[in-house]
Amino acid sequence: MSGFRLPAGGAVDRGRPLAFTFDGKPYLGFRGDSIASALLANGVRVVGRSFKYHRPRGVWGAWTEEPNAIVDVTRRGRTTPNLRATVEALDNDLAVRSVNALPTAAADRVALLDRLSAFMPAGFYYKTFLWPRWETFELAIRAMAGLGRVDPDNQPHGDNPQFNARCDMLVVGGGPAGLAAANAAARSGRAVFLLDDRADIGGQLVHRGGSIEGGDWRDWAASVTAAVEANGGRVMTSTTAYGVYDHRLVSAWERSGTLPDALWRIRPKTIIVAAGAVERPLVVPDNDRPGVMSADAALVYLRRFAVLVGKRIAIATNNDSAYPVADALSEAGAEVELFDLRPDAPPTTLRVVRGAEIEGVAGASGVEGVRIGGQTRAVDTVLLSGGWTPTVHLYAQARGKLRYDEALAALVPNVEVEGVRVAGAANGAFNLDEALRQGHAAGGGQGAPPNAPSGQYRVTAAWPKPDAPGRRWIDFQNDVTLKDVALAAREGYVSVEHLKRYTTLGMATDQGKTSNINGLAAMAALTGRSIDETGTTTYRPPFVPVPMGVIAGRRRGALISPLKRLPLEAEHRADGAQMREYGGWLRPAWYGPDDPGRAIQREAARARDAVALFDGSSLGKIEIIGPDAATLADFSSYNRLSNLKPGKVRYGFLLQESGIVFDDGVTLRLAEDRFLVSCSSGHTDSVVTRLELWRQDRFDPRRVVIHDTTAQWATLTLTGPRARDLVAALDLGAALDDDSLPHMAFTPAAFDGAPLRITRVSFTGDRSYELSAPARRARALRARIVEKLPAFGGGLLGLEALMILRAEKGFIVVGKDTDGTTMPHDLGIAGPRDSRKDEYIGKRSLFTPAANDKGRKQFVGLTVAQGETALSTGAHVIEGAGRARRSMGYVTSSYVSPTLGAPVALGLVANGFARMGQTVGVYHLGAERRATIAPAVALDPEGKRLHA
Amino acid sequence: MQIFPCPFCGPRDETEFHYVGEPKARPEPAEAVSDAEWSAYLHLNANPKGASREVWLHMTCLESFLMTRDTATNAVLGSEPFTRAAS
Ligand SMILES: [Zn+2]
Repeated sequence: MSGFRLPAGGAVDRGRPLAFTFDGKPYLGFRGDSIASALLANGVRVVGRSFKYHRPRGVWGAWTEEPNAIVDVTRRGRTTPNLRATVEALDNDLAVRSVNALPTAAADRVALLDRLSAFMPAGFYYKTFLWPRWETFELAIRAMAGLGRVDPDNQPHGDNPQFNARCDMLVVGGGPAGLAAANAAARSGRAVFLLDDRADIGGQLVHRGGSIEGGDWRDWAASVTAAVEANGGRVMTSTTAYGVYDHRLVSAWERSGTLPDALWRIRPKTIIVAAGAVERPLVVPDNDRPGVMSADAALVYLRRFAVLVGKRIAIATNNDSAYPVADALSEAGAEVELFDLRPDAPPTTLRVVRGAEIEGVAGASGVEGVRIGGQTRAVDTVLLSGGWTPTVHLYAQARGKLRYDEALAALVPNVEVEGVRVAGAANGAFNLDEALRQGHAAGGGQGAPPNAPSGQYRVTAAWPKPDAPGRRWIDFQNDVTLKDVALAAREGYVSVEHLKRYTTLGMATDQGKTSNINGLAAMAALTGRSIDETGTTTYRPPFVPVPMGVIAGRRRGALISPLKRLPLEAEHRADGAQMREYGGWLRPAWYGPDDPGRAIQREAARARDAVALFDGSSLGKIEIIGPDAATLADFSSYNRLSNLKPGKVRYGFLLQESGIVFDDGVTLRLAEDRFLVSCSSGHTDSVVTRLELWRQDRFDPRRVVIHDTTAQWATLTLTGPRARDLVAALDLGAALDDDSLPHMAFTPAAFDGAPLRITRVSFTGDRSYELSAPARRARALRARIVEKLPAFGGGLLGLEALMILRAEKGFIVVGKDTDGTTMPHDLGIAGPRDSRKDEYIGKRSLFTPAANDKGRKQFVGLTVAQGETALSTGAHVIEGAGRARRSMGYVTSSYVSPTLGAPVALGLVANGFARMGQTVGVYHLGAERRATIAPAVALDPEGKRLHA
Repeated sequence: MQIFPCPFCGPRDETEFHYVGEPKARPEPAEAVSDAEWSAYLHLNANPKGASREVWLHMTCLESFLMTRDTATNAVLGSEPFTRAAS
């Protein structure tokens, strides 16, 4: 016990007590408390255990820099892990649990790890748990390591809104510099966004106070926010600007407490980084004991929350900013003694030991004393003030470069970044008057800056000395000591980026806000380099941990990549369709509630026996229109299309320039100057793109245009021996005899007065009719077909059964039966390559040595002995045995054919055409089977069924 | 997130754009093109550090254009529509 609540003062609402638990014990706090301030007010010192050695840790800071007080918070039965107790507002009935502690922070069973720390140096995990032994330790290590526990029931709603905004000036930080910048810009009529991650504005002014323009700073700040709002700007508190991205995009995370958190994407003309600075520890021995705290944080707890962190307080410092803290704590009733490293410490009425470095902190689970001059003085709290580290993250993310300023003992911005200015403590201006001056100038202010009494800030750098004795903690969160940095240096990890990865210094939730500069200064000293030469690790977003849900917003689940939907989806579902995704489209996979395997076999069999209806609306329907349509169609396609007669249809491939098959499909010639490319469902967008690119690059774009009509037309396909009879019964006003409408031809027709196109193409090998109607007529057309189906013994056909029908015929699905090496001649279609004299996409690639290699994988069928089960898709076709076993290719498609009463399989096999009839091995998941290479067409090789 | 200038639509979000490649002349006719020339056309890119002239497609208007970017800083240095030889 050391901290306690004062009877008066602070910004907490003493009329609103809040009950909460920490590690199971009940406590009371007030509205306005943070979890950390409530714990300190209750005298709780040990708030967590360190990551590696499970050492007890207390609250260090008062805001986002906090390395120690990481907690899991359960609110209304939902737990959020790894929150900083210093940032989270207290609320009624919160259950707060320390992380990384078994069972509680105060009584951790694994703390004996600390006694083994001599055997757990930097890089311990890398050195010790190497494969193949890692799995021996993995479970135990994982149970002890890591921070909070994930609550699988905590699935936040996907309702985090995202806003886009533009402004003249974005000011990050509502302290004196930010306010001065916003003031100057707003008063010259510019739209200013002023952001602060605290719930209020003022920054350091809130707990250190100050007089501006001759009055209380609050009056001046109120006039600034009024000016911002009057000039089209916005003041946003509880909003963290956490990242700067290309072209000066700033992302900010807004928390309202009652509404879902929001993400703001702000594009300002100018960014003012006035994000303040963070106090860092002095690297003295045992500086991680609970009860060791940032001096500035102690002042925050006093002024904001009326919590005095101790009764007998030692303050060790190297700079002037600790003196107002000492005065305030003394005034509040604490017994305070200062230990200043500097012989010329400023005058004070308090007890001060000048030119003194404390030699250690006494007490195992909490501060009991401080050692100085070989003696221990009893204190309950040690405050460390090791100087200030400017919060330059956003500037550095925007490619700003830093330099080390010896007088300030800090890394400060060094170069101009277009559109980004840094002001105030973030720029090394640690006095109020200087911060106001810098902010005023950054905001483009004319005339005199806001007036404040002149201040003085002096600091003497106190970087860790390489040979200093004792356990001196640099990174509290990751248990990195000065000795670990020295070990990393000895082992050659002298780059700060290597230092970070090897020792974990500066990793995890705080990203080294209190530790990085001490770590790199230590490395500089160890390697005899300057701090500038040593450099910093790269600053990357986010500045603080941001919930993934805020970043994702509503782009989650089905909305990450929205599916394309058929115009007839509702009708399919009403008929029991099980919808699945195929190439970005949601399509009926099969119909009916019963066993999918049986349903699919039944659908496939009925399509072969009678007639079946499937929805082909997702197939691309891209028109090429204009006097140069035929030349573009020819150039784009492997198969010549300019000699296709109007009214006719041709199957063919589109190739990539590499000669690889990109897509297949049929093309209709609607008229002399008009083609319709019916590409694969999943390729429509990319085919349109490719046609457009070549049209604009190679053709006169006034003489040919591309028009994607996929969404305008619904296509219902009837296939099977009775397909023609059923189409005839629909009474569509078109002649259906084979002379009038042969295979690979189309005819205009009419349905209820609307245009309709009947196309004879087949993806099943059976007589098939594609009926294409305007999408808005699709419901009525489908209703009429479905009404007639029973009379012809027909039924509905989903995609899965269609896959069986096409595989029986050896029809490919590009990307499934082809891979990134398949050229048209590998599919047995070499005619255009051998005969075409004109240019087309991919042509030259078909004549390279690689394209004519003997061992190319070719498209074949694979049969198995009677009574055997289907091969596994993806199984390797192999030759040789044992160590000589080699893959010759693989099974691309495999089904059970109800019509053949046997499995059918397709594959890509090296030199497959020459291996017809050969028996090969098929290897899958450790088992080897036999199969025979056969023609891809397993059913009706003569093609009689097309005309039956 | 970058902002790219479509010469037809103005400044738009980078997610609306598709990178096509470096501008290259297509070697042809196929019969007169060596394996090495064709391979260079398919696979070799200058990929400069600094100013880079690139073909981009604006997916929402489907117009392709030339954009010059600094690949080291991601600064956009200019964009222009294609100028086509009269046919
Ligand atoms: Zn455009």
